[in-house]
Amino acid sequence: MSESSPTESAVAAPKAAERSWPLWEVFVRGKRGLSHVHVGSLHAPDAEMALRNGRDVYTRRQEGVSLWVVRASDITASSPDERDSFFDPAADKVYRHPTFYDVPEDVEYL
Amino acid sequence: MYGNDFVDPDQPLNAAETGDVEAAAADAATARARREQVGSSFDELIAADQRIEPRDDMPEGYRKTLIRQIAQHAHSEIIGMQPEGNWISRAPSLRRKAILMAKVQDEAGHGLYLYSAAETLGVDRAELLDLLHAGKQRYSSIFNYPTLTWADCGAIGWLVDGAAIMNQVPLCRCSYGPYARAMIRVCKEESFHQRQGFEILWELSKGTDAQRAMAQDAANRWWWPALMMFGPPDTGEAAAKGGHTEQSMAWGIKRFSNDDLRQKFVDMMVPQAQRLGLTLPDPDLRFDEESGHWAFGPIDWDEFWRVLRGDGACNAERIEHRVAAHEEGAWVREAATAYADKHDGARRRQESAA
Repeated sequence: MSESSPTESAVAAPKAAERSWPLWEVFVRGKRGLSHVHVGSLHAPDAEMALRNGRDVYTRRQEGVSLWVVRASDITASSPDERDSFFDPAADKVYRHPTFYDVPEDVEYL
Repeated sequence: MYGNDFVDPDQPLNAAETGDVEAAAADAATARARREQVGSSFDELIAADQRIEPRDDMPEGYRKTLIRQIAQHAHSEIIGMQPEGNWISRAPSLRRKAILMAKVQDEAGHGLYLYSAAETLGVDRAELLDLLHAGKQRYSSIFNYPTLTWADCGAIGWLVDGAAIMNQVPLCRCSYGPYARAMIRVCKEESFHQRQGFEILWELSKGTDAQRAMAQDAANRWWWPALMMFGPPDTGEAAAKGGHTEQSMAWGIKRFSNDDLRQKFVDMMVPQAQRLGLTLPDPDLRFDEESGHWAFGPIDWDEFWRVLRGDGACNAERIEHRVAAHEEGAWVREAATAYADKHDGARRRQESAA
């Protein structure tokens, strides 16, 4: 592995370095008891700055009590192209829904 | 539902919000469910009024139109920080100063929501900023007018943000998901902007003769440029000449014509101007009983094109200021990058040693 000083490379090509700031996806927990929800994305040099910028961009009006930032490159997503084959296995299992079952109408609390 | 203590994270943030924004938010939430029922090709999704998401197939023209529109919108938000930023150090009270700073910060935030929406289409924010700085992409012409007095801050909030809301509410239903979601956030925040502007003028209207004259002068200068914000005519004869409107409507990017939105805006603003005791600078303004709308005089489209092409009072100044701010901030970005690299390197060394 070639040893190059990161500081030197940053000085040598500041523009390129700035452009390579990774993309972070931001998730906010709006309130205790709710799960974190994706709200958007931002660029930041590291996780700490991503958190700070996420706070300033997405929670200026107390929209959150907790924040997650995840490198966009670390997210593995299903592909829209294979939507059918990927989600099909759930399509023919109607018995997973309560309305599938035949029960007498006069039974209460069921 | 598994519990009855249901908290709506999208609950209104203030009383000024329109039902349209809430409806659009609810609409977006159910879009996924409805999507199951239609095909997944671009045309099928558009025909069923479904949202297009970043990794879906889309025509190149759709992608390009969106990049151009979202970028121009984002640029407008960040250039829009300048006319009012100009008054932060001279705001008449600490209260006004705090409000103005919050508003200008919101504009920066709106720019960021929009740049990140544009990036989902495969462009880089830095590229878009380069195009803005080089004069190759535009921002709204309204920001090329100067803010000469404190009353201008009122007129901008009331008229300019009022027109922006009118334009933006329909975009909450735009066919492109990330843009629509960004607009929902923006619209929720804009309503404070318009109300604070109205309040500035309301205070002035209750003040001295000089204060009332200042408010009137600001309304005189901002009324016509605000009407131009909706863009050139695109109905009737003008529609035949072509333009983006028809295609953008078919793609669900645009929901109403420029002329319809402009009329809605005039109908909304005239009673508000009356309440403020301001006279709008249009001798032809009158209520048309037949149509139920306020009729207004001809707009000076020569002025619109002149300012758009660079001949406004502040075109050069706005871009110069923007470029200077970008360049003077470079050392901060470089330092942050160097710091991140240093710590990344340290962590990697630690990991390989372990």
